[in-house]
Amino acid sequence: MEKFISLTSKAVPLPQENIDTDQIIPARFLKATNKKGFGENLFRDWRYDRDGKLNDSFVLNDTMYSGKILVAGHNFGCGSSREHAAWALSDYGFKVIVSSFFADIFKGNALNNGVLPVQVSEEFLKLLLNEISKNPESEVEINLEEQYIELKSKAEKAYFEIDAYKKTCLMNGYDDIDFLLSKKAEIEEFEAHRKLARVSD
Amino acid sequence: MSKTLFDKVWDAHVVHEIEHGPQILYIDKHLIHEVTSPQAFEELEERNLPLFRPQQVVATADHNTPTVNQHLPIKDELSRNQLKRLSENCKKNNIQLYPLGHEYNGIVHVMSPELGITQPGMSIVCGDSHTSTHGAFGSIAFGIGTSQVAQVFASQCLLLTKPKSMRITVNGTLKTGVLPKDVILYIISKIGTNAGTGYFCEYAGEVFENMSMEGRMTVCNMSIEMGARGGMIAPDQTTFEYVKGRKFAPKGQEWDNQLEYWKTLPTDKDAVFDKEFEFDAEDIAPMITFGTNPGMGIKVSGHIPNQEDESLDKSLNYMGFSKGEFLIDKPINYVFIGSCTNSRIEDFRVAANYVKGKKKADHVTAWLVPGSRQVAQQIEAEGLKTIFTEAGFELRQPGCSACLAMNDDKIPSGEYCVSTSNRNFEGRQGQGSRTLLASPLLAAATAIEGKIVDITKHLN
Repeated sequence: MEKFISLTSKAVPLPQENIDTDQIIPARFLKATNKKGFGENLFRDWRYDRDGKLNDSFVLNDTMYSGKILVAGHNFGCGSSREHAAWALSDYGFKVIVSSFFADIFKGNALNNGVLPVQVSEEFLKLLLNEISKNPESEVEINLEEQYIELKSKAEKAYFEIDAYKKTCLMNGYDDIDFLLSKKAEIEEFEAHRKLARVSD
Repeated sequence: MSKTLFDKVWDAHVVHEIEHGPQILYIDKHLIHEVTSPQAFEELEERNLPLFRPQQVVATADHNTPTVNQHLPIKDELSRNQLKRLSENCKKNNIQLYPLGHEYNGIVHVMSPELGITQPGMSIVCGDSHTSTHGAFGSIAFGIGTSQVAQVFASQCLLLTKPKSMRITVNGTLKTGVLPKDVILYIISKIGTNAGTGYFCEYAGEVFENMSMEGRMTVCNMSIEMGARGGMIAPDQTTFEYVKGRKFAPKGQEWDNQLEYWKTLPTDKDAVFDKEFEFDAEDIAPMITFGTNPGMGIKVSGHIPNQEDESLDKSLNYMGFSKGEFLIDKPINYVFIGSCTNSRIEDFRVAANYVKGKKKADHVTAWLVPGSRQVAQQIEAEGLKTIFTEAGFELRQPGCSACLAMNDDKIPSGEYCVSTSNRNFEGRQGQGSRTLLASPLLAAATAIEGKIVDITKHLN
């Protein structure tokens, strides 16, 4: 996994609440057997009309907005567990998602793909959305080590929480498999001492 | 110390605890399907890792499979390739696969309980958010992403922070025409789509105690729709009777030992939950959703809320409804009875009981998709197939089907579908489709009448 330390970028505002993973990547694009190319279909049905024409009113099609940070409404990533949503966001170029609330499974999937979910207060989210919508050139800094997000133009800063273990993983580019494999002896000992439920035909 | 059902099962599976960090949780059973597993197998190969415990993995093909002509080669190349990849991966790694056409094939959350793979006190995961279904047996069951599928492949474990605990108690007796689906749609409409985020939810009280296992599965299935990673119901006599004698259920002395353990699992009397909700069964009526998330539900005789809310406006705009509108008498062209929420035999019995001797409305396309081959056989054996066929319903072959429309079972753009599935998100049943979630009883009645009806009045 790629290391993540800090990042300063313009940001894309998507204020809608309860954005589910079916919107991030519709089910009909889940037929691939590798992780590549999902960015092309990110928010497919919001980016394009039913006849395949670009929907000019959707923020990703507005050339005023760009950047590696997506700022989205409350309860981002709810619904299906499809990790394809995290792959699509990452493949499109987003490294950070900011919201006032994340769905559990999405949050884990994002972290496992080096995409940082930054949870801020409702007030800070409102401030961010207002500012970046009005001034698309505004820059946002994300500092993982110090755990803060700063809206540069307003010098407004907020601190965010992240699990200490996950932070170490992101900063060093480690992932959970490396850690789990390092505990194999303990796992085998656990198995030896516990009766396991198996499919035993 | 007093413990909850959730604490007992969770704590029994903790292998290691990182100070100020997550825990390593041991996974008893790992269910996989064609859509969320190929990249995990690829990951193992890239790292040159063996699959650690293949005998604890069970595979089925369900998300992407056609529901007609399953004996013929699959037309769609990408779908065919995904299923082929699943077969190859299972063969290579010695995983038991129930492929398309196998007598045990079916939706992962239908076939695993019916084979007795799902048992109380287990930890069960699957790359599918509706894995919460299996919590109906008093197991810890939850959906995971593909990176986690790879972690379980490699180590039979996951790194997790223990969720908080929540209890929803519903006491009293359900009214006629109120099904388990109505109970869970009611709960979600009351507490919202993220009330459960960060929690594992136990359902308690008379309503769940008196519910069948299939009903309990319907309830636990939709826990994720209120944000909860998992839902659980204490194992009791109903649970034990359901599990006993199934193909992979423990037998003989092993059964006796397990049973003794399972009986210790229910929540201790004075155990404390981080969050509690209580509802009264008498307040629950047949439900239907009007919007684009499962929390947007009302009783079928009620009206769409009338309030200032941007999300509500956007939803209603997509659905083509207005604030304050009643849904009764709305013409409907599509009805879908199926999905891991409502595709078990009891669901088809309820539907058949209403449909018997009637004909569907001419303009309605009514799809019935059983959750598994075994359910399909039961439908036939009990004579329900004849009832449905005579009524003009289309009984198809098992699979996830129009719940997520990955295969050809899509609802056309702009059309309404009264569906027994679990999600009414924009485009969930096909681009531009408009989903109204309901119970199999209300879905069956809609197909007959060709419009949404006040089912309570109908039954009286």
